[in-house]
Amino acid sequence: MTVVRPARWRRYSRAQTLGRTCAQLALALLAAWMLARLGIRWDYVADSPAQVGDLLGRMFPPDWSFARALLAPLVQTLNIATLGTVGGVLLALPIAILAALNLTPSRFTYALARLVMVVSRSVDTLIWALIFIIVVGPGSLAGVLAVAVRSIGFVSKLLAEGIEEIDRGQVEAVTATGATRLQTLLYAIVPQIKPVFAGICIYRWDINIRESTVLGLVGAGGIGFALNEAILGLEWSRVGMILVVILVVVAASEAASAYVRKRLT
Amino acid sequence: MGPAAWTAAAAFLLWNAVNLEINPERIARGLGRLGTVMARAFPPDFSRAGLLASGVLESVEIATLSTLFGVLLGIPLAVLAARNVVVLPVYAAGRGVMTLGRTFHELIVAIIFVKAVGFGPFAGVLTLTVSSVSFFAKLLAESIETIDRGQIEAIRATGASRGGVLIFGVLPQILPRIVGLTIYHWDIHLRQSTIIGIVGAGGIGATLYNAFSRYDYDFALAILIVIVAIVLVGEAVSAVARRSVQ
Repeated sequence: MTVVRPARWRRYSRAQTLGRTCAQLALALLAAWMLARLGIRWDYVADSPAQVGDLLGRMFPPDWSFARALLAPLVQTLNIATLGTVGGVLLALPIAILAALNLTPSRFTYALARLVMVVSRSVDTLIWALIFIIVVGPGSLAGVLAVAVRSIGFVSKLLAEGIEEIDRGQVEAVTATGATRLQTLLYAIVPQIKPVFAGICIYRWDINIRESTVLGLVGAGGIGFALNEAILGLEWSRVGMILVVILVVVAASEAASAYVRKRLT
Repeated sequence: MGPAAWTAAAAFLLWNAVNLEINPERIARGLGRLGTVMARAFPPDFSRAGLLASGVLESVEIATLSTLFGVLLGIPLAVLAARNVVVLPVYAAGRGVMTLGRTFHELIVAIIFVKAVGFGPFAGVLTLTVSSVSFFAKLLAESIETIDRGQIEAIRATGASRGGVLIFGVLPQILPRIVGLTIYHWDIHLRQSTIIGIVGAGGIGATLYNAFSRYDYDFALAILIVIVAIVLVGEAVSAVARRSVQ
C-alpha cells in the first residue's frame, strides 16, 4: 500500500505563483528603471544633511518681530480662500444639478457638466492662477478666481453624488401637490442635501486655505508672496517665521473644519 | 448659527469682495487681454512634441516612484498611528508626524528639497513622498482602527507573536484598502507632479511655467490639454484597477 502524503496547502496554484512573481519582478524592474532615470546627484545627496541643517539653523529661531508685518498678507490669504470658496460653490451649484443623473435634463447637459468637472479638477490651483494672472494681472483677484475655478469640480462632484442619493419619495410627494420644477427643487431636494452641502463647503474651504498659502509664489497674492520675497532675499529667519504662521493657520482651519463637520453629521 | 452671525459673515465677505477692486474698467481690460491670449493660444502648438513627451514621462515617473515610497513608508507609520495597535505615547508621536507632514503645501516642501538635493525630479519624488506618507498613513490608520477584533483574538489564541498577529490578523483585513489607497494616491500625485516643476522639482510643470513666462500661449495650451488627458487616463486606469480589487 502506498502512503498518500497529504499535499501541502498552497494558496495559489503553480501558474498563479509564477504569474504573481513575474508581475512583481516587472514592477520592481520598472521602478528601478525610473529610479535610474531620475539622475540623482549622489554628491548632492551626501551633502544634503549639512544643507538642510544649515537651512534650519538659519530659519530658527524665527524672526518674531516679523510677525506683525505678516498680519496683512495672512488676512489676504484667508480672504482669497473664503471668497474663492464662495465663488466656487456658486459656480458649482448649476454644474452639480446638471451632473446628477436624476436631475439632468439630457445626456448632453450631463456630458457637458462632467467635462467642466474634469477640466476644473485636473488643472491645479497654481496653474489656474498663472492663467488668471495673465487676464486680470497679478494680485489677490487672480488668486480668488483660481481658487473658485479649481473648487468647481470638487464641490459639484460631491454635491452631485449627494443629489443622486436623495429620497425619491419626498420629491414625488412635492410633485404630487402640483409643484413646478423649481418648487420641487426648492422644497423637496434642497432640504435633503443641505447638511451634505454645508459639509462639502467647509471641507473645500479648509483645503483652499492650504492652497492659498502658496498662491503668492506665482504672484497671486497672500502670504506666499511674502514667502517668495523672503526666499529671494535669503532672509531665512523670516522664512522660518512665515512657515510657523502657515503651520498654525492650516492646523487651526483643519481642526475647525473637522469639528464643524463632525457636528453636522 | 443665528441670523446675526449670518449677517456678520455676509458683511465681512462683501467688504472683502469690495477690497478686490473689481471695476468696469478693470473688467474691460481683462476681457481685452483674455481675447489676445485666446487668439495666441489657438490653435495649440504640438510641434515641440519631444519636449512635451519627456516632461510628461518625468511627471509620471515622479508620481509612480513617490507613490511606491510613500506606501512603503506609510504602512509602518499607519500602524504606529492606530490607537488599537500601539500604546498612547507612540500613537501621539505617530499622529504628530502625520500632522506636520500634511500641513505644508507640496510647493513649500519642494523648495526645501530642491535646496537639499539640487534641482531635478529627485527633489520632486522626495516632496511627494513626504506628502504622501502622512496622508496615506492617516487614511490607513483610520481603517486599521475599524478592523474586526475577533480575527486578531483568534490569531493570538494560536500563540502567535506580536509580529504574527500583525501579518496574519491585521494585514489581510486592510490589504484591499491599501491597494485602493495606493491607486488613489498615484492619481493625486499625477496632478501634483504637474506643479512642483514651478520651483525646480522636475516634471512637466517647469515646461508649462516657462511657456507662460515666455508668452508661448499656444504651447502652454498644448501642455494643459496633455495634462488634462493624462489625468483622465490616470483616472480611467485607477477606476479599472479599483474595480478589479473589490
